[in-house]
Amino acid sequence: MMQQVEPWVVLSFCSAIFFIGLAGVLIRRNILVILMSIELMLNAVNLTFVTFSKQLSQMGGQMAVFFIITVAAAESAVGLGLVIAMFRTLRSVDTDQIQLLRE
Amino acid sequence: MNISPIFFYAFASIAIACSLLVILKKNPVASAFSLVMVFFSFAGIYAMLDAHLIAALQVLVYAGAIMVLFLFVIMLLNADLPSFDLGRSHILQRILVGASCLVLFGMFVWSFKESPTTAAVGHFTPEQIEAAGGNTRVVSELMFSEHILPFELTSVLLLGAIVGTVAIAKRKLTRSS
Repeated sequence: MMQQVEPWVVLSFCSAIFFIGLAGVLIRRNILVILMSIELMLNAVNLTFVTFSKQLSQMGGQMAVFFIITVAAAESAVGLGLVIAMFRTLRSVDTDQIQLLRE
Repeated sequence: MNISPIFFYAFASIAIACSLLVILKKNPVASAFSLVMVFFSFAGIYAMLDAHLIAALQVLVYAGAIMVLFLFVIMLLNADLPSFDLGRSHILQRILVGASCLVLFGMFVWSFKESPTTAAVGHFTPEQIEAAGGNTRVVSELMFSEHILPFELTSVLLLGAIVGTVAIAKRKLTRSS
């Protein structure tokens, strides 16, 4: 086993998580799981910020992560409010059921 | 970077396995619990990268608040309806998504490996941070001096999010309107 974890390994791990989240957004139809996949992508970006912050000995990355965490919390609250509104209207959490404009 | 390879690879493999479970499990509650595991492994990696305050916030905000919100909504909606879906999204679409995500991932890995970053190195080395009183102190001082305006704007954002959520979730939408 190598003695040192290179920065590109950590960054590749972040992009792996990001693309897993992206695939989840694209293949799932359950809107709750789509929101969870968006959280995965946000987390991957946060870890990228922290990695660069450590690699470059700067603090700007960690400051950005704070604001991203705040925005993510607000985003998931609003998103879950939308899920509840959608469920009350359509009795479903399936995105294929969102077709009011087609009717 | 001087982080322990054993712990990094352990956390990274847990995170990748659990995030695959998040998008592949049929039950949203199982997805939510896999997501909690992903958040905890991320918190471990943050702590290894000397971002202690962010590691604590990750556990408190993500694994605590956001996941409780998700579980509340899942339970509230009684979402064990047959709302599932992996069978119904087209097989060609799934293959296409998987292949394009793999290609993009390969491009990212290649570019991270081949082009080392050339940005200027700052002065927050681990020794400097240790001398200034630790990561939490340095981050807090920066937040209340240099980044005070975004910090204050954050409170406006949260207020807007609260009001918006209540307005959206309370209103009775009808199909005909």
